[in-house]
Amino acid sequence: MVAPVVTASQTTPDTKRVESDEQQELVDTTTAELAPLYRQMLAIRRMEEACAKAYSTGKIGGFLHLIIGQEAVCVGAIAAIENKDYVVATYREHGHAYAKGVAARPIMAELYGKKTGLVKGLGGSMHLFDKPTNFLGGYGIVGGHVPIAAGAAFASKYRGDGAVTLCFFGEGASTIGGFAEGLALAALWKLPVVLICENNQYSMGTPVYRSLAVEDVSLRALAHGMPRDRFDGDDVVKVKRRIAEAVERARTTGEPSLVEVVTYRFRGHSMSDPGLYRTKDEVEEWRRRDPLNRSRQRLLDLGFPESELNALEEDVKAEIEDAVKFAEDSPPADEYFPYVIKE
Amino acid sequence: MPVISYREALNQAMREEMERDANVFIMGEEVGHYNGAYKVTQGLLQRFSERRVVDAPIAEMGFAGIGVGAAMVGLRPIIEFMTFNFSLVAIDQIVNNAAKIFQMSGGQYNIPIVFRGPSGPAVQVGSQHSQSFESYYAHVPGLKVVMPSTAKDAKGLLKTAIRDENPVVFMEGETLYNTTWDVPEGEELIPIGVADIKREGKDITLIAWSKMVWTCLDAATALAKEGIECEIVDPRTLRPLDVETLATSVRKTGRCVIVEVGWPVAGFGAEVAYQMQKLCMDSLDAPIERVCSDDVPMPYAKNLEDEVQPQVKDVVAAVKRALYLE
Repeated sequence: MVAPVVTASQTTPDTKRVESDEQQELVDTTTAELAPLYRQMLAIRRMEEACAKAYSTGKIGGFLHLIIGQEAVCVGAIAAIENKDYVVATYREHGHAYAKGVAARPIMAELYGKKTGLVKGLGGSMHLFDKPTNFLGGYGIVGGHVPIAAGAAFASKYRGDGAVTLCFFGEGASTIGGFAEGLALAALWKLPVVLICENNQYSMGTPVYRSLAVEDVSLRALAHGMPRDRFDGDDVVKVKRRIAEAVERARTTGEPSLVEVVTYRFRGHSMSDPGLYRTKDEVEEWRRRDPLNRSRQRLLDLGFPESELNALEEDVKAEIEDAVKFAEDSPPADEYFPYVIKE
Repeated sequence: MPVISYREALNQAMREEMERDANVFIMGEEVGHYNGAYKVTQGLLQRFSERRVVDAPIAEMGFAGIGVGAAMVGLRPIIEFMTFNFSLVAIDQIVNNAAKIFQMSGGQYNIPIVFRGPSGPAVQVGSQHSQSFESYYAHVPGLKVVMPSTAKDAKGLLKTAIRDENPVVFMEGETLYNTTWDVPEGEELIPIGVADIKREGKDITLIAWSKMVWTCLDAATALAKEGIECEIVDPRTLRPLDVETLATSVRKTGRCVIVEVGWPVAGFGAEVAYQMQKLCMDSLDAPIERVCSDDVPMPYAKNLEDEVQPQVKDVVAAVKRALYLE
């Protein structure tokens, strides 16, 4: 008998356990803090649903990676930073752009390939960029953007401008060189960057236990003497609090952190993926942990009036409908040569 | 006009641009305390401190990407590759990020960065250290590719590259660092995309860049003794390529030999040949000749290494073929 090459990933004595749903402790918050976070998450979900619909009718093309189920990670994390701070993200980044302050209209128009799109129809779903909000982009080469985030942080340190960079990537990126080198250099040079692993437990169709020898990605920080954290991404307020600790550390001491947030995407890797590698039970289990339902219930428990909640949800619906209409009505993209070389 | 080395010219260019602009910094392996693997950054650490002359560990993809990220938010990095052979582990950052972010961002983020270092075969350093990747980079829209052959061009073009708003791949000839040339003192910028006539002649045009310019100069001296006057045109930058200056010379002489140290298949000379036949068809008196290295990984033994690369005799033979003298 020849032993199989692939064996299940291990836990080690240093593995940080992620709490199960039942073990969750409530993080102190107020309706004033939570309501806008819930609104952002809901807007992102409605926007993603609108994207899926437009994709199915051929109005959006190419690759489309939806973030449905993972909204609490980008919304919570970006709520912990300021406008002057930078965000670098992957190809699953509509939510990150929105959370950083980009409006739904230019995002949707970009996906439609329109002139009014955020990047004039030149980038599409995977390459949203927005200078006014310091959103440094969505990148399609896994892990290749981690050094870019370290570079923005290098510039902040060079200038002493006090800005912090958040870099988002999936657990699938933790095996590639760009991640390893970005992590090593950020640690070596004490660059003010927070590396946020959005561990949605599948790199495309391959589960963590078949792609990592040790399941805890945050452990990589230990080899570099870098602070780390690991927790679940169900509660947007918890994400905000824990990322805020790392942001504060980066801002005051320049020290980077590696933070792993365990989450789950409810849909396939992209629109072409029916997700046959997961069981219905598993998906249902995580749908029960839906960060949106959790926040909605928490708002009600905190005494947020249901009528106001309904009004908020209607407002979100109208915002996304308006964005879709804007995209539909916009003129097609019409130029590309001016943006190859800056004169 | 002072005669200085190619190495010193590059050093002066960086020193002057760092004096001029506080956003310019250098990052790479051994650039600081070691004073550069090829001593091109000699003395810069003492002058500008560790903040602006940054020794990087062996992580080309990492520090090339850090350069791109820093350039996005307003710095002007000079990223040194110890040699361009090592740039291949960073090519994702150059091709997928540096070259594309201006376009992907709809014109919001340009990337003012220079990737520089020695390129091309040196002497007996084996196949992994003896390569010419200019055709790789010249293939990519969004990049500029510069390959100076003289100290004068090296200084003027590097200063321009550092001030450019776009990513510039600046490939230095590894065997040219000790060569000397008259170099004007202080501010003399040479524009990117302008070819230079290195020798005037009426009989045939030799198009060559980087160290092949020197091989062509020697060949032209030898051919002059036989009464053949070669015009040597050095494009100096491969992207953008000054096709008009090249074509003007070819139209004048009616014959063209393109000499490059890279491999023949899909080499940059093939693109030059296409452009010249298209622009000069009515003036050509003979097929365009190419002289390249042999289509093999570089051997170590000195005699074989010399045999692989274009030598003066190979250029002379190609010229005679184009003149129907052989």
